[in-house]
Amino acid sequence: MTTMIRERTGRSTVKPPNRQGSGWSTALMLSPTLLTLALVVGYPVLAAVRLAFVQVADQVNPQTGMLERTESFGLGNFAGIFTGESGEAFRNAFWNTTLFTVIGVTAEVVLGVAMALVMNRAIRARGLVRVSVLVPWAIPTAISGLLWRWVFESDGIANAVLHTQVVWTADDSTIFGFISAPFTTVLIADIWKTAPFIGLLVLAGLQIIPKEVYEAAKIDRAGTWATFWRITIPLVKPTLVVAVLFRILDALKMFDLPFVLVGAHKHSVETLSTLAQYEMSNVRYGPAAAYSTVLFLYIALIAFLFVKVLGADLIGRGLKESR
Amino acid sequence: MTIAAEAVRPKPAKRSGPPAPKAVGRKGLGRFRLADLGSGLIVLYCLVPFYWMIVSALRKPSDQFATTLFPAPISFENMKAAFSARNGFGRALLNSLIVAGTTTVITLAIGITTAYVIARVQFRFKNVVLAVIIATSMFPGVTLLIPLLKLFVGLDWINTYQALIVPSLSFGLPLTVFNLTAFFKQLPAELEDAAQVDGCSQWQGFRSVILPLAMPGIFTSGIITFIAAWNEFIIALSLTNEKSMRTAPVITALFTGQYKFDQPFGTQMAAGVAVTVPLVIGALLFQRRIVDGLTAGALK
Repeated sequence: MTTMIRERTGRSTVKPPNRQGSGWSTALMLSPTLLTLALVVGYPVLAAVRLAFVQVADQVNPQTGMLERTESFGLGNFAGIFTGESGEAFRNAFWNTTLFTVIGVTAEVVLGVAMALVMNRAIRARGLVRVSVLVPWAIPTAISGLLWRWVFESDGIANAVLHTQVVWTADDSTIFGFISAPFTTVLIADIWKTAPFIGLLVLAGLQIIPKEVYEAAKIDRAGTWATFWRITIPLVKPTLVVAVLFRILDALKMFDLPFVLVGAHKHSVETLSTLAQYEMSNVRYGPAAAYSTVLFLYIALIAFLFVKVLGADLIGRGLKESR
Repeated sequence: MTIAAEAVRPKPAKRSGPPAPKAVGRKGLGRFRLADLGSGLIVLYCLVPFYWMIVSALRKPSDQFATTLFPAPISFENMKAAFSARNGFGRALLNSLIVAGTTTVITLAIGITTAYVIARVQFRFKNVVLAVIIATSMFPGVTLLIPLLKLFVGLDWINTYQALIVPSLSFGLPLTVFNLTAFFKQLPAELEDAAQVDGCSQWQGFRSVILPLAMPGIFTSGIITFIAAWNEFIIALSLTNEKSMRTAPVITALFTGQYKFDQPFGTQMAAGVAVTVPLVIGALLFQRRIVDGLTAGALK
């Protein structure tokens, strides 16, 4: 019996029957997810793009003398957010979003890779390190925003330790006269929370590098530095690129930290998400949808560049057959 | 016997390999010590801010601005204040549990078969399906929220559980499918082949062979989805305006003090500890699985 099964399965793995599900059953098994996503993502995205082109105006109807709300299609919302006062707000939010992403993700990657290298070498208290690394990840972002707001309170521990008297979370407050203090606090909170997470992902990437590669490098008398740049980095690059892409997409959406740590609609830390949410909470759906559409296009562009230029392999990995 | 075997084995290694292994050993030991110092620093980096939250929560409200490393005396007044009826924090914890729990159950129920099909069955538009599912997790929450808010106002859904659960599926479902696909792929395909040879249909094979074996993976992606849903902020903030329907992170962020402009940091830290500690304990208990789950998507 066993030999028969082995024979049969041995043959069947060449072209396994169960991997060729009938079209209908496959579609049936996929449909719950696809339908749900169409409802909770597809529809809202399309509706948001449509809303961005809808202009609402309150006008007095000359015949009845009543105030009437009219809706028309046009580029008015986009024209509005790119010019004048709201144009300034948009440019500021766009700049802040980009700056948070570039500085934040760069710092997180450098710190994360350093942490991963350390964790890969460490032999003592591995369990403790693993658990500690999960703590910043497990704390809800909004709660960590509160935590850092408390740390950076004017009578808080940061000023006590640094012997400074900076009002960190005031919108126009600066350190050294030119760096925005609230911007810095949000950046610190973000880096604290996500650098260990990147460290965890990179560590997993490091652990699948075969030891033989390093032994070969040692025989070739490659130095530590050369080994790091020529072997470690190229081999963890696929993992790193995917991790960095997900982090960038996340950072571009940043909302909780500036909102909780500094406040709603604060110039120094306004991101595209907080700006769109602020417009939405004031029932200005058109401009809110326009801001969020720009944000969504920005994110899509970055994702596209990552996949095309850096070859972030999101799908290919998913398609690899199991061994 | 075994001792003898072990004693014998290193000898040929020493003979065949020049002194290289010895040098590696010594150098390695030095590096390990440096690495241990480094991992100490990592532990401090991760835990010190969390520790400060706990210490601040356990101080007497009158000692709130003290900067000592230990609360003296330890006081639970902040904790009591956080749970006082005025704040509605207990109810908010319950709300979070209901929203995150339901989101997790629904995403698992929907996602399991999808993940299995993507992992195992060959079909024509697989790339497209997978790309679409990954792409949906890319949209910013605020983009989805604007039309949903308008829609839910019309449906009179504001301040209901469904208004919080439905949008949470938008990030929960791709996360679950992504995690589970990676897990199903780790299971050897021979299992189903064998089940089919024994006369199981594909569906029976999935249900009675794969599903039980996949339980650890389902559990892991359940935890990760639950934590993501528990930590959600912008949806819960925007689609509720009644205190009784706020979730725990939102209500904590919106706590007000006795006077309008003073922020009750002690109470907030206590509530923050209450929101976080269950998650940290969960992370402690299931750390290996969580780490596996978080990294599976990035690696496989």
